[in-house]
Amino acid sequence: MAKKVARAPLDYLNMPAMKAWLAGVFVFLYTPLIILILFSFNDSKANVVWKGFTLKWYVKAFENTQLREALLNSLLIAGVCTIISVVLGALMAFAFWRFKFPFKGPLESGMSLPIVVPEICFGVAVLMFFAKIGFPNDLPYPFNLTQIILAHVTFAFPFVAIVVRARLESFNSELEAAALDLGATRYQAFRDVIIPHMKPGLIAGGLLAFTLSLDDFVITFFASGPGTITFPVKVYSMVRFSVTPEVNAASTIIILITVIATVLALRAQSATTKES
Amino acid sequence: MQDWREDKTFFRATIALPVIWFLIFFVVPMAMVWAYSVGENVGPVDVEITGTFANYAKAFTPEVLKVMGDSIVLAFVTTLICLVVAFPVALAMTFADEKQKAWLLLLIMLPFWTNLLIRTYALIAVMRSSGVINTGLEGLHGLLAFAGLQMGTFEPLPLLYNKFAVVVGLVYVHLPFMVLPLYAALDRLDKSLIEASLDLGAGHLETIRRVIVPLAAPGIAAGLVITFIPALGAYLTPDLLGGPDDLMIASLIERQFKRANDWPFGAALSFILMYITLLFFAIRAFMERKGGKVGAH
Repeated sequence: MAKKVARAPLDYLNMPAMKAWLAGVFVFLYTPLIILILFSFNDSKANVVWKGFTLKWYVKAFENTQLREALLNSLLIAGVCTIISVVLGALMAFAFWRFKFPFKGPLESGMSLPIVVPEICFGVAVLMFFAKIGFPNDLPYPFNLTQIILAHVTFAFPFVAIVVRARLESFNSELEAAALDLGATRYQAFRDVIIPHMKPGLIAGGLLAFTLSLDDFVITFFASGPGTITFPVKVYSMVRFSVTPEVNAASTIIILITVIATVLALRAQSATTKES
Repeated sequence: MQDWREDKTFFRATIALPVIWFLIFFVVPMAMVWAYSVGENVGPVDVEITGTFANYAKAFTPEVLKVMGDSIVLAFVTTLICLVVAFPVALAMTFADEKQKAWLLLLIMLPFWTNLLIRTYALIAVMRSSGVINTGLEGLHGLLAFAGLQMGTFEPLPLLYNKFAVVVGLVYVHLPFMVLPLYAALDRLDKSLIEASLDLGAGHLETIRRVIVPLAAPGIAAGLVITFIPALGAYLTPDLLGGPDDLMIASLIERQFKRANDWPFGAALSFILMYITLLFFAIRAFMERKGGKVGAH
């Protein structure tokens, strides 16, 4: 189709007022982040006036053992959380997609509650739960992260289930029937026909679980035992005292990881919609 | 879809793990909070579940009511600002071509995926008294004074640690929550209706008011709920950007657990927040069902 020269009546995006509005919104959304990234390279402790390019805050951030430990903890938690969430989320999506069973509706609504419940409510619930069952607080590393991982999986896997379920809707059930006709067992058909179809959903869901876990502060704040720190918890305590360029540098690294994960997730998801 | 009885083992094999996980790590902890909300402190660490409503009654004392009222007002103002800011964005996205749509979506989503703490921290760096905005204003002030204007001494604007900062922070964080449902609703609209309205002589604003908004009402309602609920329960933003008088419910709950050590009261507050949340979602589900019925006729 040839591109129109004059603005079509519904082409709101090309209205000057709309362009200005969009520009304003994106300036609002991105200025703080861009300033944060810029000042992570600024050779000044005061953080406001540009004094020249430096990488020393990155060096400092990496030399800060606590910060490094917190970052590694967060990545480890997010990694384990992703694996468990993908398995649980995929099973849940499959079961709800495939079977009719009594109390299905209420169970489905119930299991999406972790998505809608305010973080603070689930956070205190987790705190109370681990305190009451007497979960050991002094496990050696990395097992001292168990509580946080358990809590993260609980709110992350329903998100994975939603993404995988959306993917399953485009599955052609005749493929599975064909596999069964040709002599595959239920499990073989599941493994060799359904799981490959789920794959883009699994990737997108997994990356979602990863970012959710990496992002979480409130639930971690309540679930973590004394002495376990994650990146957001560490940054929180640093921000309480002062704004330092070290935090800028560490934040920039996390932003970079997030942007990569998001772009990968969107790619996986757009592959999903294109095929369907 | 298959009846579960046709293949019991396979059904059990797939559903067992997620359900067990959900029961142990979600239902049991939430039930504990609920039990505690009707319990009493009987010792420094012991709580007895007595079935009392005293903890809920405590939530109706003036101090607590003030915090709840403040929270609701702050969340409500945030939601309205988000709606006003997000509506044109969603409208522009709806009528953009595929490529622009993808870009706009990505640009809206990226901050959303960025760590909440980092975003809040970035706002602090911009808004604090020696932050970017105030330094810029100071420079401007100095320039004007240099030009011979009588300016007096420069006072940095008190941008942080007040309700203004909390609302800015909440809008900053929750804007994507509003854009996405609005976009989803507007994208489903029958565009010929809008064209018809414009053809028949209505202006853009009139078309928005009388055609687009009524048709997109379910999406707008969804956006309002999806934005209001997390804003109401926000912990980090009011905690870091607000002053000591700008407590919201979440901070009050946190205090009962970490500082005041009044778990039963904290549990009751937590469940009040839960009930409000569930009420809003129930209203939304009800409206959606009603909207669906109207649409079907």
